[in-house]
Amino acid sequence: MIRKALVSLAALAATLSPAAHAESGWHLLNMTQGVTDISRKIYSLHMLIFWVCVIIGIVVFGVMIYSLLKFRKSQGAVADTTMVHNTKVEVVWTVIPVAILVAMAVPAANTLVQLEDTRNTELTIKVTGYQWGWQYDYLDNGVVFFSRLTREADAARRMGSGVDVTKIEHYLRDVDNPLIIPVDTKVRLLVTATDVIHAWWVPELAIKKDAIPGYVNEMWFKVDADKAGTYRGQCVELCGRDHGFMPIVTKAVSKEEFQTWLKTTAAAQKQASAPQQPAAAPAVANAG
Amino acid sequence: MAYDSHAATHGHDAHDDHKPHGWRRWVFATNHKDIGTMYLIFSGLMFFIGGAMAMVIRAELFKPGLQFVDPQFFNSMTTMHALFMIFGAVMPAWTGLANWQIPLQVGAPDMALPRLNNFSFWILPFAFTILLSTIFVPGGGPAGGWTLYPPLVLQTSEAFPMVIFAIHLMGASSILGAINVIVTIMNMRAPGMTLLRMPLFVWSWLITAYLLIAVMPVLAGAVTMLLTDHFFGTTFFTAAGGGDPVMFQHIFWFFGHPEVYILILPAFGIVSEIIPAFARKPIFGYEAMVYAIASIAFLSFIVWAHHMFTVGMPLAGQLFFMLSTMLIAIPTGVKVFNWTATMWKSSMTFEPPMLFALSFLFLFTIGGFSGLMLAIVPADFQYHDTYFVVAHFHYVLVPGAIFSIMAGVYYWLPKWTSKMYDLKLATIHFWLSTIFVNVLFFPQHFLGLAGMPRRIPDYATQFTDWNMVSSIGAFGFGLSQLLFPYIIWKCVKSGVPAPSRAWEGAHGLEWELPSPLPYHTWEEPPAMDVIAKGAAH
Repeated sequence: MIRKALVSLAALAATLSPAAHAESGWHLLNMTQGVTDISRKIYSLHMLIFWVCVIIGIVVFGVMIYSLLKFRKSQGAVADTTMVHNTKVEVVWTVIPVAILVAMAVPAANTLVQLEDTRNTELTIKVTGYQWGWQYDYLDNGVVFFSRLTREADAARRMGSGVDVTKIEHYLRDVDNPLIIPVDTKVRLLVTATDVIHAWWVPELAIKKDAIPGYVNEMWFKVDADKAGTYRGQCVELCGRDHGFMPIVTKAVSKEEFQTWLKTTAAAQKQASAPQQPAAAPAVANAG
Repeated sequence: MAYDSHAATHGHDAHDDHKPHGWRRWVFATNHKDIGTMYLIFSGLMFFIGGAMAMVIRAELFKPGLQFVDPQFFNSMTTMHALFMIFGAVMPAWTGLANWQIPLQVGAPDMALPRLNNFSFWILPFAFTILLSTIFVPGGGPAGGWTLYPPLVLQTSEAFPMVIFAIHLMGASSILGAINVIVTIMNMRAPGMTLLRMPLFVWSWLITAYLLIAVMPVLAGAVTMLLTDHFFGTTFFTAAGGGDPVMFQHIFWFFGHPEVYILILPAFGIVSEIIPAFARKPIFGYEAMVYAIASIAFLSFIVWAHHMFTVGMPLAGQLFFMLSTMLIAIPTGVKVFNWTATMWKSSMTFEPPMLFALSFLFLFTIGGFSGLMLAIVPADFQYHDTYFVVAHFHYVLVPGAIFSIMAGVYYWLPKWTSKMYDLKLATIHFWLSTIFVNVLFFPQHFLGLAGMPRRIPDYATQFTDWNMVSSIGAFGFGLSQLLFPYIIWKCVKSGVPAPSRAWEGAHGLEWELPSPLPYHTWEEPPAMDVIAKGAAH
């Protein structure tokens, strides 16, 4: 165990010396605000409860630290042994937290109700988790494809591959075929799995649901019209040996671009394969 | 028997220190002190084995890429680390402390059921030998997480029945230990030791014991269903056969959430003993403390689904579990406020037990805050299964449960051994532990919020920096813990004699006993005035 630690310290030296590559992660301290209305609401809830905790913390830790400094035997403090109980104070410090909790529960419940409102969706995509990758099925358009970790990263992550993974762009957060989604559209995801439980999460979209064999869970998101871009995540429910190597990449494109992509891909898939089999991954997926 | 005739010739008191010697003393132990010692030593051993597993995890996560272990082995390390720490380190430590302290504190000569006590201890080494040996069977150890979620856990190869059997054994041991605690407290208190005069450690253990009896059979049921799913063709948790994988999670967490409080309630008890002792002031709001523990225990049965908000639950279910979870903040808050009020207008000194208790107070509260954040369901969708959760439960379990176990050992060690340990070294142990535990776990909040999932052996490069910090903290924390057995060993070997009331402000029946402690204590129940003096809360 100690030897391992030493080996790791040597590894630290090795990693720090050519520190120029790979972007730094020191600034990554907080939750993303994301690119949807819901994700911003979740972010504000998170910040609200965070600040509530900070304020309670300042008061409680303040009193504790004051006591630690003031009531020391070495400073000649004498204990007030009669102070064993005070109903008034005890009622106050029970009622105030109740009030804070009620104040927190209301906005949380509101956001939750919105989050669970899957009515009036405009596009439905079925997401199927398997060991270890994802399958995306645009249910109304007949476009189906698999999405897996890029070959380059998959080779580099092997033990003793000799590849410096920090040189690989989006290491473990890049796939061969990303999920293409339109912006400004209420997209519904139906999530399930074929073998064990997985979980689909993209922090910027602020949605996370377990993909469970035998269950179809649903969730939705609507990316802001001006927030086209690539958003990355990965499987977040332990699903076996390669759980850590199951990225999710979503590419949000304009509605027009999405329609064009959908049409070309649907046509290409129809031509390329027998109707029952999901087509090989569409090369155009990366065109957006 | 020679033993009896000897006792008869020398009168009743003379057999006080007669005990089997050598290995018989331990294998056939029925004395609560000996069994308590064995529990604590066993717990320490498991703590270091589980800790070594954590070192493997943190070494692998030191930088991106796979350096040391295969992902499957990594997964079995996270799984076994949890099982060893929860069932091997923390729970036996509580039972060990219960064995040592409950008879001393309630004025009883021993635990009520000494042979059961022996049995419940001696199950454990077998259970953990079986569990540890799974690493060497074909296919490796269990790697589906300590939560054993099917269908993944059903992919475990040869280790599967061994894990299930080991868990059954641990559960049986815990139930027997809990029965013993309840029977002892209910039947063997000295006359005059009324329930509301009991020390808070005894109270917290009484409630914990009821939790154990209520939920360990639930776990046993869940893992038995896994076993029949795997070997006998049932499909309790297999959707293809009409079963339901989510049902397992409900059953598991119906056990699992009370289990969390099983790990922490005795810590509340210990801290409630130590803070008054070193503040030289009775605990503030004794009865409120008792009721707070009881309400936390009750609430622990109706919050389980907050571990599984992402499985896809009806809106009403999510709201219910969010609100019930938030409610736990109230009694927990009451406890923190009462400890703080105990320190108010007190006269404190800062010996190692107090230092660890104070560290508990601050850091457990931080874990409580992140727990409150996790209760907010929409935000939980962002936190769930990330390192934010890892940071949260390690804050409540390491500086929470583990630090208070250490506080308890440092508090009572002079009573157990009649010797004082090296206070300076123990203070160094405290500072190293407190500093490194924060270096280790605080950055994990950042990692989780930035999107790093838990239980992954390798990660995207933006997570490198904080993982390195966390790993350095882990190595520092791991190494500092080696001081703990050294300090205890040194105390037993060459500690200076400690007075029978080792700490100036210590109250309770255990401090009314002479040091060194006779092998059998309170064969005559303590007198009323002694109880009144001890129970000065």
